[in-house]
Amino acid sequence: MFATLAADAVSKVTTVTNDANWFLENAWIIPLLPAISFVLILFFGKRMPYKGAEIGIAAVSASFVLAILSGVAWMDHRDNFELEKHDDEHAIALSDGAGSASDTAEYAVGTLAAEAGDGGTHAYVAVQQSTQWLQSGGIEFNAGIMVDGLSVMMLFVVTFISLLVHIYSTDYVSGDRRYTHFFAFLSLFTASMLFFVLSDNILQMIVGWELVGVCSFALIGHWWEEKPNSDAALKAFLTNRVGDVGLLVGMITLFFAAGGGTTFDTIKINEAIVQGGVSHTALVVAAACLTAAVMSKSGQFVLHTWLPDAMAGPTPVSALIHAATMVVAGIYMVARLYPVFWEGMQIEGSSINLLATVGAITVVGAGLLAFVQDDIKKVLAYSTVSQLGYMAMALGVGAWTAAVFHLFTHAFFKANLFLGSGSVAHAVHSFDMKRDMGGMRKFMPKTYITFVIGSLALAGVFPLAGFWSKDEILVNTGGWGVLGGSGAAPGSYTFHFVMGMIGAALTAAYMTRCVYLTFHGEYRGGHHEDHADDHADDHAHHGEPHESGPRILYPLYILSAFSILIGFVNFPPGFLTGSKKNPSGWQERFLHFIEPAGSSYFPAVGHATPSWSLAIVASLVAVVGAAFAYYYYFVRLDRLSKQLGESLVGMPNGVTTTNVFARAGHNLLVNKYYLDHLYTGVIAGFTKGPLARAVNWVNQNVIDGMVNKAGESAVQTGQLVYHKIDQTIVDGAVNLSGRVSDASGEELRAINSGKVQNYAAIMFAGAALLAGAFVILLAL
Amino acid sequence: MDPIAGNDWLLTALVFAPLAGALIMALFPSEEEGLHKQLALLTSLVTLGLGVWLLLDFDYDNAGQIQYWLDKEWIEVIGAGYTIGVDGMSLPLIALSVLVMPLVFIYSWDHIPSPGNAKAFLMLMLILETGMLGTFVAQDLILFFVFFEVVLLPMFFMIAVWGGEDRRYASLKFFLYTLFGSALMLLGFLALFFLSADSLGEHTFNMVDLTNNAGLGITRSSQLLIFGGMFLGFGVKVPMFPFHTWLPDAHTQAPTQGSVILAAVLLKLGTYGFIRIAIPMLPEAAEAWAPYIGLLAVIGIIYGALGCLAQTDMKRLIAFSSVAHMGFVMLGIATLTDFGINAAIFGMVAHGLITGMLFFVAGSVKERYHTLEIGRLGGMLVQAPHLGWILGFTAMASLGLPGLAGFWGEFPAILSAYNPANGLAEETFRGYMVVAAIGTVLAAGYLLWLLQRTAMGEPPDEFKDDPEITDVNTFEWIAWSPLLFLIVLFGVAPGLIFEVTDPAVVESLNNCLQLPDGCEGVADAAKAASGG
Amino acid sequence: MLLNQFLLLAAVLFCIGVYGVLVRKNGMLVLMSIELILNAVNINLVAFGTLTDDVGGAVFALFTIAVAAAEVGIGLAIVLLMYRNRRSIDLSEADLLKG
Repeated sequence: MFATLAADAVSKVTTVTNDANWFLENAWIIPLLPAISFVLILFFGKRMPYKGAEIGIAAVSASFVLAILSGVAWMDHRDNFELEKHDDEHAIALSDGAGSASDTAEYAVGTLAAEAGDGGTHAYVAVQQSTQWLQSGGIEFNAGIMVDGLSVMMLFVVTFISLLVHIYSTDYVSGDRRYTHFFAFLSLFTASMLFFVLSDNILQMIVGWELVGVCSFALIGHWWEEKPNSDAALKAFLTNRVGDVGLLVGMITLFFAAGGGTTFDTIKINEAIVQGGVSHTALVVAAACLTAAVMSKSGQFVLHTWLPDAMAGPTPVSALIHAATMVVAGIYMVARLYPVFWEGMQIEGSSINLLATVGAITVVGAGLLAFVQDDIKKVLAYSTVSQLGYMAMALGVGAWTAAVFHLFTHAFFKANLFLGSGSVAHAVHSFDMKRDMGGMRKFMPKTYITFVIGSLALAGVFPLAGFWSKDEILVNTGGWGVLGGSGAAPGSYTFHFVMGMIGAALTAAYMTRCVYLTFHGEYRGGHHEDHADDHADDHAHHGEPHESGPRILYPLYILSAFSILIGFVNFPPGFLTGSKKNPSGWQERFLHFIEPAGSSYFPAVGHATPSWSLAIVASLVAVVGAAFAYYYYFVRLDRLSKQLGESLVGMPNGVTTTNVFARAGHNLLVNKYYLDHLYTGVIAGFTKGPLARAVNWVNQNVIDGMVNKAGESAVQTGQLVYHKIDQTIVDGAVNLSGRVSDASGEELRAINSGKVQNYAAIMFAGAALLAGAFVILLAL
Repeated sequence: MDPIAGNDWLLTALVFAPLAGALIMALFPSEEEGLHKQLALLTSLVTLGLGVWLLLDFDYDNAGQIQYWLDKEWIEVIGAGYTIGVDGMSLPLIALSVLVMPLVFIYSWDHIPSPGNAKAFLMLMLILETGMLGTFVAQDLILFFVFFEVVLLPMFFMIAVWGGEDRRYASLKFFLYTLFGSALMLLGFLALFFLSADSLGEHTFNMVDLTNNAGLGITRSSQLLIFGGMFLGFGVKVPMFPFHTWLPDAHTQAPTQGSVILAAVLLKLGTYGFIRIAIPMLPEAAEAWAPYIGLLAVIGIIYGALGCLAQTDMKRLIAFSSVAHMGFVMLGIATLTDFGINAAIFGMVAHGLITGMLFFVAGSVKERYHTLEIGRLGGMLVQAPHLGWILGFTAMASLGLPGLAGFWGEFPAILSAYNPANGLAEETFRGYMVVAAIGTVLAAGYLLWLLQRTAMGEPPDEFKDDPEITDVNTFEWIAWSPLLFLIVLFGVAPGLIFEVTDPAVVESLNNCLQLPDGCEGVADAAKAASGG
Repeated sequence: MLLNQFLLLAAVLFCIGVYGVLVRKNGMLVLMSIELILNAVNINLVAFGTLTDDVGGAVFALFTIAVAAAEVGIGLAIVLLMYRNRRSIDLSEADLLKG
């Protein structure tokens, strides 16, 4: 089967080249720089004037510049690269994998998706550089880079956010116990993440995937002196390991089923699947297993619980790792191996599948949880989970570009929000919105503005970034079309559409709550100076909170600007067509440059037609959600809080205290659906406690007991043999003969009287007897 | 395979140099401890030098062949020869052995366990080294057996004399258990000897001849029995579940140096026996036994990990983790694919480096805190930050983090189980694969939990101001940095080992290719597999 | 010639000798009783020799006399020494070999 598959593979041209612009060919330098920086900081950081931060910033800046240059180079490559011109080199690139490819190299990829703009005549050709890493048992393990739109986009996002976070951190964690160590791990994380996104094979992806996980572990546990932090770090790592079981099994299945047991190469695996012929069962297994990996890494229900706990780490880490980059690794992996899911889950034309459903449940489930959080970072964490749910759902419903686009926009506005929350926390030394915040807009107007911009972008308000990407996801579910609206899509995922709409309302509402609790109302902080939760800075806190410094504010400004503008890179077709401000060449630029449509390693993914009605309805839904929250918090709670004094901690929760169902629901949310109880208490507790003890008991008492019993019974047998047989029977016989001699001698000594005459008598008696016997014998 | 002759004294010198050093040490009175330490270190460095020479002189293009072949009469009356040679399978293990020993001697510089007597302690370790190296170069079953047993005695004394509280029990258990296994293994060797005449024309213990005539035309049932005997002998040494219980006791009671050598090299004698003797010589039986070996291997993975979670003693926990790690090695072996066995050899080396390192750390912790009870430790990162970070780093390596050596033993073993050799049930092995993958979660669990409880948090009150708790000292740095470096090096460039072992493994499995449904490489198997 | 009377005489002498050896306590008397036994044998030897016309019997008798002389010599010496040591020749008191 694989043999025929390989034959198929060579009959079509692979849209890959190893001969491109210098910046694309040498993109491996981008992860290498932070890696070198990690080593340098580790060994020399403490001796540097700025404790190693300058090395990290320099390396990441250089990477950022290179990433931008690669991005520019890629745009040029995307529009102008022609595969035929590079046939010779290309044939060399192919020949190591599929045998004789050069002679069949006809230009077969004519089925380019219809594209707007002027780039449509060129094929989408990825750039790959690969070298042998090792070989074992006839299998070659390659190490290499694969540069296409998706990876270039990720290079930009990772280096950009990382750079801002580096700068932000120099202020935020200044004076920290392990300042140098913090920057070392930021560098290592950046390197690992870049390594991951550039991987050209699934093995390398596993490596990168695990490395970012370990950086996440180290950074969540940055303040490991307190047990909750190290607990959170452990939880994050172990939950991810659970998903990694899926990752390992899924990747191994792909390696054998689609890679023919000979190659890990992402492109070759994808091509094999796109061309058909790979066992559907294997793809189903692989897709399901990889979904488990996505669930853990990208915080999907039910493995999301580590992500809110991961907020125990420093805020810049939360922004970089647990919002913008690492947690989207799962999404990136699905996007990279999209044929597996496309075929394995039969996304096209369907109305339900595992990935989309997991995503949809996550959107709403996490959105609800965000309502009951008092910790500002946890609100944002659940928001991240919810938004990751959108991305997973989008991939599940076939909206590849929408998912990747949402990943792109989300990175900016969520990093903006996290860094903003850090700015506030830096001022009040706490993350607790109810106890220590409130009215912060008076103290920190600049942070306030950036935070509101981020919130609006997240809520999907026109025309900010989140609007464009969320709308694209919603329309691509196809649910709007099913429900009677306009906008045809490849599938008809109605349930997911509805969940997406609910999620939009929830997002708007919880962000309104968050903004109110943090920035509006009366300032409730300042009454407990020795609050222990804050690790951000060790210096004492005096007086009123004040606005943060420039190294914190400038990253916020930049990210806010991106949150407003970045959605414009992917105007839907037909939007403002013909306008002077927006020439048609601006439409779907993101899709054009990023989506590998028409390439040999990407399935023929369709796109929904944009729907004006949906855009308006979705915006209305968000506005209604926000309006409810506005009424509840800004109007009603504001009034209540003024009546009750400054604290909101004991504030009645309205309907949840009066209605039994609402209270039950509230309890469910406060307890995070009891998932943590299940994991920590039941599963981990059972494994660590009774199960491990039982195994240990079995080991000590049964297995080792058997060994000891064997030893003991050997000793007992020995004793038995010694006492009963050796001492009694064998030695007994010897003793018996001795004793017999002894006894008979004792008897006979009476004869031995020493008297000559007795002897003589015996002698005569003997002689007489003999004589008698002699006579008798003769007579006979 | 055709053995290649070469430098005919290098291997012999390598094997017996430590013994010669021990003899020289015997000439000096035991009061001169410093002299003995110098002599022992010098000897091990000379051995290391010879080992490096071997590594440089080895013909890597012919790594599949046995090189430095030397075949001399030894015990003529039973046909046992002094037959030695090295190929790609044994080379990494020899390198590991010669590397670990000098480090142990450096560590011994200021860590001679009570009741002292450095002379005897160091001499025993040198004798041990001869035994280990001899086992890896022996190409004659009797010679192999002799070296295999030579290892036992010094280890027994090291545990029995320099061990912990319960040393008598542990040392006896170690000695008797392994001896019991070896007895059955010897029976297997003898059976091969007597049955070899049928196809070879003469009785022989020569391992190359026996491998080249794999199976020897012995009936299936006899093969199964002979393999069973070897399985017990090697399996106890590995140790495989359920023959592992001597290991935690021996490790816990042994002095640090003993634990390191035990973990780094001694456990590998068992797995080496499987891939050098049992499988190539009895392929048919290996195929029949493989599913059961695989089953015991994955049980060992899960069981060892769960056992670790229950331990309250740091050293015992590390010892238990060996059961789990050797489970991965045995799983790779059980697939009977060249890919899996390569992974197994890599796993052996990686486990040797990583677990050896963990035992070094445990020894240093014991020396500083005078206890290894996990519940009493804590905050090591505060009081001895480098020690804590080394523990964290090694724990990460041990749980199979990519980029460090442990990953390349674990991941390929799991990978190879997806597609075992033809003739083995795919479904069974895929089940094993999933179980083994779950084992990686538990591995992360017990190692990180250990790290959390010992290294993180604030130091407990009883050790808060203990002046004895100091950071890593110079001798420890010297002894440990090569291990730490190699863990990273092999993690980044695993090809260094795979490229040496691969030809030898392919060669050793070649001999059973002619079987109707014999063991084959992954690549061949994959072509025939249906893919799903 | 009738053999019976010689044999009877010899038997009587022998019996007396045996009686003396077994019963008498005096060392001298025991020695003399031994002489009686030997002479009883001599009578038998000579009688059978005459009966069968063979000198061998007489020759053996002479041998016996010679041996008896030697025996008595040693025997008397023992008795003499015994007397010297113990001032008695009572055989019932001489039981140094008692086991």
